[in-house]
Amino acid sequence: MSEHALPGGPVLYNDAVVKKFVIACLFWAIAAFLVGVYIASELAWPQLNIAPYLNFGRLRPVHTSAAIFAFGGSALIGTSFYVVQRTCRARLWGGDALANFVFWGYQIFIVLAATSYLMGFSKSREYAEPEWHLDLLLVLVWVCYLLIYLGTLMRRAEPHIYVANWFYLSFIITIALLVIVNNLGIPISPYSAKSYSWFSGVQDAMVQWWYGHNAVGFFLTVPFLGMMYYFIPKAANRPIYSYRLSIVHFWALIFIYIWAGPHHLLWTALPDWTQTLGMAFSIMLWMPSWGGMINGLMTLSGAWDKLRTDPGLRFSVTAVGFYGMATFEGPAMSIRSVNALVHYSDWVIGHVHSGTLGWVAFIVFGALYYLVPNLWGRKGLYSVRLAAWHYWIATLGIVFYIASMWVAGLMEGLMWRAYDRFGFLKYSFVQVVVAEHPFMVLRMIGGVLFTIGAVLMIYNLWMTVNSPSTEAPRATPVAIGLPAGAVVAGE
Amino acid sequence: MRLSHAFIERNAIVLLVLALLTVTIGGIVEIVPLFTIETTVEHVQGVRPYSPLELRGRDIYVREGCYLCHSQMIRTLRDDVARYGHYSLAAESMYDHPFQWGSKRIGPDLARVGGKYSDAWMYAHLEHPRRLVPESLMPDFAFLARTPLETRDLLARMKTNIEVGVPYTKADLAQAEADLRAQDDPSADHSALEKRYHGAHVVPGNGHPTELDALVAYLQVLGTMVDFKDVTPAQERQ
Repeated sequence: MSEHALPGGPVLYNDAVVKKFVIACLFWAIAAFLVGVYIASELAWPQLNIAPYLNFGRLRPVHTSAAIFAFGGSALIGTSFYVVQRTCRARLWGGDALANFVFWGYQIFIVLAATSYLMGFSKSREYAEPEWHLDLLLVLVWVCYLLIYLGTLMRRAEPHIYVANWFYLSFIITIALLVIVNNLGIPISPYSAKSYSWFSGVQDAMVQWWYGHNAVGFFLTVPFLGMMYYFIPKAANRPIYSYRLSIVHFWALIFIYIWAGPHHLLWTALPDWTQTLGMAFSIMLWMPSWGGMINGLMTLSGAWDKLRTDPGLRFSVTAVGFYGMATFEGPAMSIRSVNALVHYSDWVIGHVHSGTLGWVAFIVFGALYYLVPNLWGRKGLYSVRLAAWHYWIATLGIVFYIASMWVAGLMEGLMWRAYDRFGFLKYSFVQVVVAEHPFMVLRMIGGVLFTIGAVLMIYNLWMTVNSPSTEAPRATPVAIGLPAGAVVAGE
Repeated sequence: MRLSHAFIERNAIVLLVLALLTVTIGGIVEIVPLFTIETTVEHVQGVRPYSPLELRGRDIYVREGCYLCHSQMIRTLRDDVARYGHYSLAAESMYDHPFQWGSKRIGPDLARVGGKYSDAWMYAHLEHPRRLVPESLMPDFAFLARTPLETRDLLARMKTNIEVGVPYTKADLAQAEADLRAQDDPSADHSALEKRYHGAHVVPGNGHPTELDALVAYLQVLGTMVDFKDVTPAQERQ
């Protein structure tokens, strides 16, 4: 592996901005998980809705935005900057000031969005709650992000664009498209935060779930596959299993994902033809999703023993497993007859969290355990043992979470449609609410376990950076070469 | 020329443009026809723009994130219809900017909650849900009853709704303030209000509405605009 000794002298990467995103990502992880635990507790003990700004309706968008856009987004922008520089052998385009603007602009957007929900500013569009002025800020930051990314790709010293970058690039451009169209609206005055959406009713529903499902598709899936395509080959020191498969599943995935939105609107007033299209494409989506899973898992061929010794890789591989599970579950839930049972129920919440906790957070944790020693020039983690504890506690937390939500969701769906022998509905709505209580408590416990795991990780990473025991011997530079897979993908 | 993926991999702009084109197709096919196919929104009588007080109540509903626990979409399923009433039509939310169909039922569906409970029940329940329904998970919204409704920007709100397609008339705008107060005052003359906003539900206030008054006015009109006795199956077909 070529260390710094690249043709024409060493490339000095902008790792300062990557470090900032890593720190922000860790901060937002704890914030998102704690708010999640709080709102989960509110559903078990409603007395916790103690003030307007702590009510479930205002806090829930804080949780989702903090988890998806703050924690996930910081991880994505940070790792994309790390990956694009190394796979292109080029420093970030646009200078340090532009990269810092993207960092601070994005963080300010998140802080303003979260505080605005608490104060009662929300468009009440799921995962697109920030009001119009914050959307404008986000678009400005995002355009700068696209410019940096594209500029870096264009000044690359490598002939080919490495596969991870295809995923990151399509994420950046598609999110721009989705955010701009879904948030179209008119403010009541230039001086007021309140706006009304451009679309209404059934068209608005379709636009919102075209956006909403692809927030899952292009924010929580596509770029994290990019992360997978860099960090798994790197940690396993193996080439990517199949270059051909990566091409086929990339184009199939981004083509099909965008159609899946209407599965959020089955049996509603959305016309049948749109519902059917959405259902059909959701089922088709299973295949390209598993293409990514297979490519990720098979990359481990010949390196499975590393799971015993590398807890970071263990997170990454488990993440791919959860990805495979959630992308099978999703198409199943999109089948009309299944959807009739599970829609509006807690199964959906369980499904989302097997994706966000199991896939998104775990692939991020895996990347962080790899990134932090590398970025800060340490020879290894402070404690592999502690990372293993994190792994098992977090996995147990996920099991608590998704198992309780599966059971609760099925129970709700079945109780809502149960009839007595006279043909009347058997249960009132509130009887179902009462029956959910134990599962709400179990879910909250799952969230607490997951949060404890993240705290262990932060302590471990802090000590990795600050403990003398992890200091690298002086003369050895840090390995910054391309992942082994880059060679294969470039053939 | 042999078709080769290597060409795409070597050109960042080509990769960007092809990726963008690939993701645009699905959205265009699924979204654009919803604006052009005439039967997407059913042709039924009765759906009207929200009265000024209802509109402000809806703003409160949007502000507090009620959609996170309450759907406003009764599906075409036997048990949904048995529990909540006639399935929702697209026409019933045609003036909803944004739509509030929701995605989760932590609480019951509200698409036809209008007229289901008395005003007294609505006020008491919204202020302290567990005093009426001990098992309820809903937050207390007593603070809405203590907060006077902001009406200074009422016209700006209605005009913005006109810009996004809600057919308020000049008369609606001119009488907005009067209509808002009349709907909050049972002793006022409601003939003008009723003429402009058929079926508007007058709430027991004093002409100076609180946020809670507005919210109740909105909830009490939900699902009541279409009289399903007048609707034929042909009209409901999409």
